[in-house]
Amino acid sequence: MDRLVFLVAAGLAHGAVLALFAQSLVIVWRANRVINFAQAALAVVAVYAALAVTAVSGSWWLGAFAGVVAGGLLGAAAERGPMRLVPTHTPLPGIIVAIGLVMILQAGLAIAFGPEYQPVPAPLSERPFVLAGIPVLSPYDLLVLVVAGLVMAALALGFTRTSLGLQLRAAAFAPETARLLGVRVSRMITLGWMLSLATAALAGLLLVPTELGLHPHALDGLFVQAFAVAVIGGLDSPAGALLAGLLVGVLVSLVSGYLVAAAAPLAVLALLTLVLLVRPGGLFSAAKERAA
Amino acid sequence: MTRRIVLRAALVTLVALAATFLLDPYWNFQVARFAACFAAVAGLTVLVGLTGQLSLGHSVLMAAGGYGYAFAAGSVTGALGDSPAAPYAGLLAGLLGGLVAAGALGALLGAAAARLHGPYLAGLTLALVIALPSAAVAVPGLGGDQGLGAPFVPVPDALAALMYVEHFHAVVAIVVAAAAVTPLMLLRAGRQGLRMRAVLGHETAARLSGVNPGLVKAGAFTASSLAAGLGGAVIVMATQSVSPGAFGLTFSMLLVVGAVIGGLGSIGGAAVGAALVVLLPWAVETVLDQLPAGLPPVLAQRLDGNLAVILTGAIVITVIAARPGGVAQLLTPRTTARPTASHDTER
Repeated sequence: MDRLVFLVAAGLAHGAVLALFAQSLVIVWRANRVINFAQAALAVVAVYAALAVTAVSGSWWLGAFAGVVAGGLLGAAAERGPMRLVPTHTPLPGIIVAIGLVMILQAGLAIAFGPEYQPVPAPLSERPFVLAGIPVLSPYDLLVLVVAGLVMAALALGFTRTSLGLQLRAAAFAPETARLLGVRVSRMITLGWMLSLATAALAGLLLVPTELGLHPHALDGLFVQAFAVAVIGGLDSPAGALLAGLLVGVLVSLVSGYLVAAAAPLAVLALLTLVLLVRPGGLFSAAKERAA
Repeated sequence: MTRRIVLRAALVTLVALAATFLLDPYWNFQVARFAACFAAVAGLTVLVGLTGQLSLGHSVLMAAGGYGYAFAAGSVTGALGDSPAAPYAGLLAGLLGGLVAAGALGALLGAAAARLHGPYLAGLTLALVIALPSAAVAVPGLGGDQGLGAPFVPVPDALAALMYVEHFHAVVAIVVAAAAVTPLMLLRAGRQGLRMRAVLGHETAARLSGVNPGLVKAGAFTASSLAAGLGGAVIVMATQSVSPGAFGLTFSMLLVVGAVIGGLGSIGGAAVGAALVVLLPWAVETVLDQLPAGLPPVLAQRLDGNLAVILTGAIVITVIAARPGGVAQLLTPRTTARPTASHDTER
């Protein structure tokens, strides 16, 4: 019982990070209907930048801020640079450019910082509080939950309640019409990528202290889990991503706690396969055209 | 048509076999690796180019072929004991085992792929690559991170005067690659290839013309997996071991890159792409070695392998942006350019 409570609590904290990263995939999807397969590689570059700032300034918070800014800049650079080179009406060219980007960024990081895992200290204690004799969340887990919750709430409000959010959604939903109505579509898409990568960088920053450390491939697993989350929650639905994130987080935590840690990626793979087989276009997709 | 393709494949195979007599052991080992990559990239290029299904997981299909080879070859060689024919019976059993393992996994994935399109299949196959090391640990009998060993296949006595070990392995690899790729060429040129193009062009229209898109996609995925599985089996025969580390994410992406650079859908392009995957790391290493001893050892170690990956990434972005048809498009006149996955209907 104790173990179950602890695992569920830890799973919720991990789930919050997953939901946050999945949110970043949802934002890019909503901005221009692509799934950015370079998301993890771009985010890990921002995390390296954050750690460099932390090492120089001595403050984790300053580093985190720098990481988020770096994420936004990288998002703009990726969208304005390589992603603009190919048409987006079919998914294939965009995915291939993203693969090229992943190879360049990850190999570049391995050259610059070496292949070793760099330990990343957490800004708060990772020793869990003990409630009624049961170890539950640590202060750091609480921080993760609070930050992830606040950022997701802010994004949801921004997208639904502000003029800018409306423009972002209009540019993604009907680019031609939006352009006729005076929305700067191209700028909105870039802005969407900036928001997305800033969110992804934040999720990466929150994740690395709880894992082995920083490494060019440190966020690959996060990307796969967040992809599963985004598909389960529906690529268009931020609330769905949050719920699915917590669900997958708890699942991963339970599987690695009760079976072996190595089984977690297999569990995610099984879940993803199951969901895609039941709903091939993601759980909340609408049919594109009548096929029969 | 069929006869022409088979004759041409046989001719190319003979030329390749003749060329192995001119090479030294190091290069013959590279030829074996090239043949394995060629089989996998050819499978991938037919899959992506003709049906538009992007698989990021072909390294896992190669790994399945490799594990199937190691398992079957190990069992048969062990069972036959000291018999002089044991290694060769093991080789045949291993190739069969690789085909069965990769075919089974490919058919499973194909069943899923039949219902998915675009980014969803890419995401699912990516999850598969990431899960491979875990699967090797979690599934008993796969040997964890260390992987499995495969029995050594010596040069048969009849050929001992002609060949050394690496040479013999290169010859076997070329023959197996030919056996893997020729059916793909026939598939591509035949009725099934037409069906695949129809499904890529417009799924609903294809369905109205009596083509079952699900079956076509699943079939294409399975055929592609069989080729990749044979490639994996051959590489395991040459290196005598199979481990999850050898078939990781970077290798999987290199296979995709090889298919793209060669030109999606083109078998000749796949050969160029596979050659690039094998040769570029060697070329970069050679250039780095030529540098006047200026590189500190730490940097040299970090550049090793990674620099080639950066270059490959840059090349693939350039190719897909400037020449989406890849090398194949450069070689064929524009009027006869084959449809690739980047040509879509005006939906």
